[in-house]
Amino acid sequence: MVRRVVTGAHYGLRDWLAQRITAVVMAVYSVIMVFVLLTGKPIAYGVWRDLFSQGWMRVATLLFAASLAWHAWVGVRNILMDYIKPDGLRLSLQVGTLLVLGAYLGWAIQILWR
Amino acid sequence: MSEAAARTIRKPRPKYLSLPALLFEIRLPLPGWVSILHRISGALLFFALVWLLWMLDLSLASEAGFERVQRYAALVPVKLALLVLAWAYCHHFCAGIRHLFLDLDKGTDLGPARLTSGLVLAASIALVATLGWALW
Repeated sequence: MVRRVVTGAHYGLRDWLAQRITAVVMAVYSVIMVFVLLTGKPIAYGVWRDLFSQGWMRVATLLFAASLAWHAWVGVRNILMDYIKPDGLRLSLQVGTLLVLGAYLGWAIQILWR
Repeated sequence: MSEAAARTIRKPRPKYLSLPALLFEIRLPLPGWVSILHRISGALLFFALVWLLWMLDLSLASEAGFERVQRYAALVPVKLALLVLAWAYCHHFCAGIRHLFLDLDKGTDLGPARLTSGLVLAASIALVATLGWALW
């Protein structure tokens, strides 16, 4: 009988798979971004603003940000599960991580659609 | 093997991982370095998110904000911090790709595991050097 802990993992593949899929999304975005930045015009304000005002760029960046948030959640939770032993403290830190990542995602959306 | 002989080669167990032991006694193999740096770089990037978002926000808000970020990023400590984060990103990227291959059971033997670990460490340094050179 496995002892189920509310601050433990989900005993399944979902997060493991999500971490990998989000990693691939971010990797593809990173390569495209590096290519765009290094092959385009020198980055002045106009170039920078126009880049992020394009629809595809906003959507791609939103997908990147969402992937980052999910990926970071899985990673940080793994670290907390490894090093933070008291259940109450671990749960608090995990909830804090989720809230912070949620806030960052909201902030990113605000930056993109201003 | 006789009882006496077995006793003489038996190492003291359990072995406790004191901080001095972790720092000076236990030497990580190359794949171990890639693994712990994968974790450290990930944590570093997580903590830096708020700073990076702040710079992205400012740089896209207005021309004055963009120029402020440019001047800010030109400061030596800021530049160094950004370089460290760029290394963290490159290392996390390369180690992640290696990890995906390990997930597929590719490169899990000792020889290839060591070789690809060296490649990951070298590639991330080379990548950050190239990016740093291109951006500054």
